[in-house]
Amino acid sequence: MSDLIKLSAAALGEKIASGEVSAEEVTRAHLDRIAEVDGRVHAFLHVDTEGAVEAARAVDAKRAAGEKLGPLAGVPIAIKDVIATKGVPSTAASKILEGWRPPYDATVMTRIREAGMVMLGKTNMDEFAMGSSTEYSAYGPTYNPWDLTRIPGGSGGGSAASLAAYEAPLAIGTDTGGSIRQPGAVTGTVGAKPTYGGTSRYGLIAFSSSLDTPGPCARTVLDAALLHEVIAGHDPRDSTSIPMPVPDVVAAARQGASGDLTGVRVGLVKEFSGEGAEPGVMAVFRDTVEALTKLGAEVVEVSCPHFQYALPAYYLIAPSECSSNLARFDGVRFGLRTGDDGRNSLEEVMSLTREAGFGDEVKRRIIIGTYALSSGYYDAYYGQAQKVRTLITRDFTQAFEQVDVLVSPTTPFTAFELGARTADPYQMYLADLYTIPTNLYGGPGISVPAGLSDGLPVGLQVMAPTMADDRMYRIAAAVESTVGTFTPPAL
Amino acid sequence: MAAISREEVAHLARLSRLAVTDQELDRFAGQLDVILQSVARVGEVAADDIPPTSHSVPLVNVLREDVIVPGLTTAEALSGAPDAAEDRFRVPQILADEE
Repeated sequence: MSDLIKLSAAALGEKIASGEVSAEEVTRAHLDRIAEVDGRVHAFLHVDTEGAVEAARAVDAKRAAGEKLGPLAGVPIAIKDVIATKGVPSTAASKILEGWRPPYDATVMTRIREAGMVMLGKTNMDEFAMGSSTEYSAYGPTYNPWDLTRIPGGSGGGSAASLAAYEAPLAIGTDTGGSIRQPGAVTGTVGAKPTYGGTSRYGLIAFSSSLDTPGPCARTVLDAALLHEVIAGHDPRDSTSIPMPVPDVVAAARQGASGDLTGVRVGLVKEFSGEGAEPGVMAVFRDTVEALTKLGAEVVEVSCPHFQYALPAYYLIAPSECSSNLARFDGVRFGLRTGDDGRNSLEEVMSLTREAGFGDEVKRRIIIGTYALSSGYYDAYYGQAQKVRTLITRDFTQAFEQVDVLVSPTTPFTAFELGARTADPYQMYLADLYTIPTNLYGGPGISVPAGLSDGLPVGLQVMAPTMADDRMYRIAAAVESTVGTFTPPAL
Repeated sequence: MAAISREEVAHLARLSRLAVTDQELDRFAGQLDVILQSVARVGEVAADDIPPTSHSVPLVNVLREDVIVPGLTTAEALSGAPDAAEDRFRVPQILADEE
């Protein structure tokens, strides 16, 4: 095993820029690691060996020609399969898109290429990002590098597992209800959901358009911030992209690493005081809050009375939007077509295609969404959920008048065993209990490793006001500086 | 009382263009009932005078400059199509012969 795979992205970028190591060597070290362990982890759905080596050589050629390289030039990255990557299979882990090679790049991908980063391949996920364990992938689950009998979280379990298994130093995730943060928490890695609109949705295969947010996954807070800086910023091709400067998240991460939080007001959400959470998770959480106090932070309790309704509101809003968004999978323009035998009507072919192409969880959500949006039920379900969304936003606004950030455990439980929650879909939904409020509000949230419970990682979530992404990086880096990083047992 | 019946699930599946099987209906009906009973808790919140939020950012029409930029070629646009003919997406017959 090459030592290169253990380095941070920041360190790799420096070594490549200084010529100490070539981008190709770094890329090959990670490709070798994937070949060595991914048969057991299954973080990747597709590895683009040729494309990766070619991209790495291009960076080395630029350096040889005397061009100045950016901080992440030549650094490898794994991309969640929900992101469109030109010419490289992009399936969202669904059979309905099996083999689809997009004719264009997502904006996130364009910016990654422009930064000289090297895409290793596409990572596994719950189908269309619907799930909290990656068990809903149509191509089989991903296994948590901490314990291969356990889930790596979801939906972005492949991206998080690729980091924990040292297959990649950085990854891209997308967060609709916690799909970056919860996998980060249960794999002992860092996952950041930027402010909604802070990163572009162009080329992200849509699940719930008012919530979907691409963001960085990393092993350190600074690495996450460096990637955040690459992908964030206004995009004219996304109508909800915010035309404002990107908060200086890299400077904030460096500032936080000093470990001084004097004058920072940290809020504990009264309603997240541990009901339904594992005692081991709450113990790590309390220790971390104690550590924040020692770093100089002023910790106070704040009430967010409507957070208890966030989970039900989310599981109406997200399925409603998904039932509309996934109507595009009709067997006409891309992907699977089933039953086109010359006798079936167009409508029958569509129904047979969608039946064959979607998995159970996607079907359940489409049906729930269709119900919640239907005449007679709209006001009681979707309409009421949108009003609850307003109240949750007000809870955040009022809380941020008293404190700079809010903290909570990222998820109520550590990585559970495969199969433990698939029989009862609602039990799976509870994994997102603490992450969902932020999505409904639109603000940023980050999960940073805080400790271990029974040998399994526990994450601390930091939530900040919209477009104050820098604040959460500062707090997360301070946590990291005091609790350290956590290394899984050797694979 | 169940929030949703097997017949309702079958109707919603038809509306959603999902040719679900009988076994799936048996499985989904119970699961969806549990989910709907749980999410129905949003109804406990007194929110008659609360305006709905659809997005966390203000929704405004975003118009670009009226300049020509390259788009996908026909071949690129058709590259993922399950079936194509004469530079178009080919679909199963929509209208009957006599129409």
